Amino acid sequence: MTYLMLFWNFFQIGLFSIGGGYAAIPLIQNKIVEISGYLTLREFADLITIAEMTPGPIAINSSTFVGMRVAGIGGAVAATVGFVTAPCIIVIILARFYFKYRSLSVMQGVLTGLRPAVVALIASAGLKILKFALWGEGGAAFNIKDINYISFGLFALGLIVLRKFKPNPVFIIGGAGILGILVYAIKPLF
Amino acid sequence: MGTDKKTFLKLFTSTFFISAFTFGGGFVIVPLLKRKFVEDLKWIDEKEMMDFIAIAQSSPGAVAINTSILIGYKTAGAIGAALAISGTVLPPFIVISVISLFYLGFRDNAVISAMLKGMQAGIAAVIADAVYGMGAGVAKERKVLPIAIMTVSFLAAYVFKINVVYIILVCGIAGAVSSFYRKKSGVRHK
Repeated sequence: MTYLMLFWNFFQIGLFSIGGGYAAIPLIQNKIVEISGYLTLREFADLITIAEMTPGPIAINSSTFVGMRVAGIGGAVAATVGFVTAPCIIVIILARFYFKYRSLSVMQGVLTGLRPAVVALIASAGLKILKFALWGEGGAAFNIKDINYISFGLFALGLIVLRKFKPNPVFIIGGAGILGILVYAIKPLF
Repeated sequence: MGTDKKTFLKLFTSTFFISAFTFGGGFVIVPLLKRKFVEDLKWIDEKEMMDFIAIAQSSPGAVAINTSILIGYKTAGAIGAALAISGTVLPPFIVISVISLFYLGFRDNAVISAMLKGMQAGIAAVIADAVYGMGAGVAKERKVLPIAIMTVSFLAAYVFKINVVYIILVCGIAGAVSSFYRKKSGVRHK
């Protein structure tokens, strides 16, 4: 019964979270903290922190975390599968439409409008992450004085290596993580 | 490319490793997917990938999962979609399941937080590289509408923080209207 409730709750969250990961947060809070009381507000805040720090989309992290806290591994499976179900069905229906009608001129027109918008949205998300990496949480505008030099160095190094050698980006991210540990471990010695 | 065991395995391992190394979800994972499936494996062409992202963004659920579903579905049908979902969902599922058991210690660990700081800078570099590539592609076509859409969408998302769903909607309509108008006036743009 608990499994079924978890599945159903997250099915609805999956169905209504339009606009990517962060759009799911208010829905999860409403359903999981306020309506069903699966988590306290404190646990919910921790969940968001953990979701930010671990790989994967925030919505998947939340489903797994809530399922696990409420009913162990079975609960985690029920909640995660629940979240994925509705988007999966809808995306596959849209994909079939896309492959069938993409040569139509109206469809072409719509896509011509969407492509540059997608670039802009990725740029906007990337700039937010860059700002967070260089100035931290408070991120008082682009102030050169308060910049985190270590992060800026890692960013510049990563960008140069990427443009020059075109390696697999996973190595850049992993490498930056390892350099991060080394630099922050050495820093207190000076 | 073919729907053989090798394709299945490659699809699963590629989505699994990309998902395992992306922190923050959504638009962080998308540039990595593009790099892998468009540039390395060449299973999908650049324009098709941008369309996938637009479809993924306008469907409910997580952008990362939706994009993976589309890539999997295009590559190897329903089985491909199932493999891509599993590959994308499993890493965060495993990580969160483990963390939820002892999350308080994890949150305050100094080594982990140094690694995460470094990784954020690395991710910012990867996104900057991807945006540069895609933005240059749009600018190179030297057409007014796409460049205008890119600029306005960026301002709308980053400066004015307008809901992404509205941005996608308006840009799609703008594209459709312009193609309709072009057809009526009989002007053939290249």
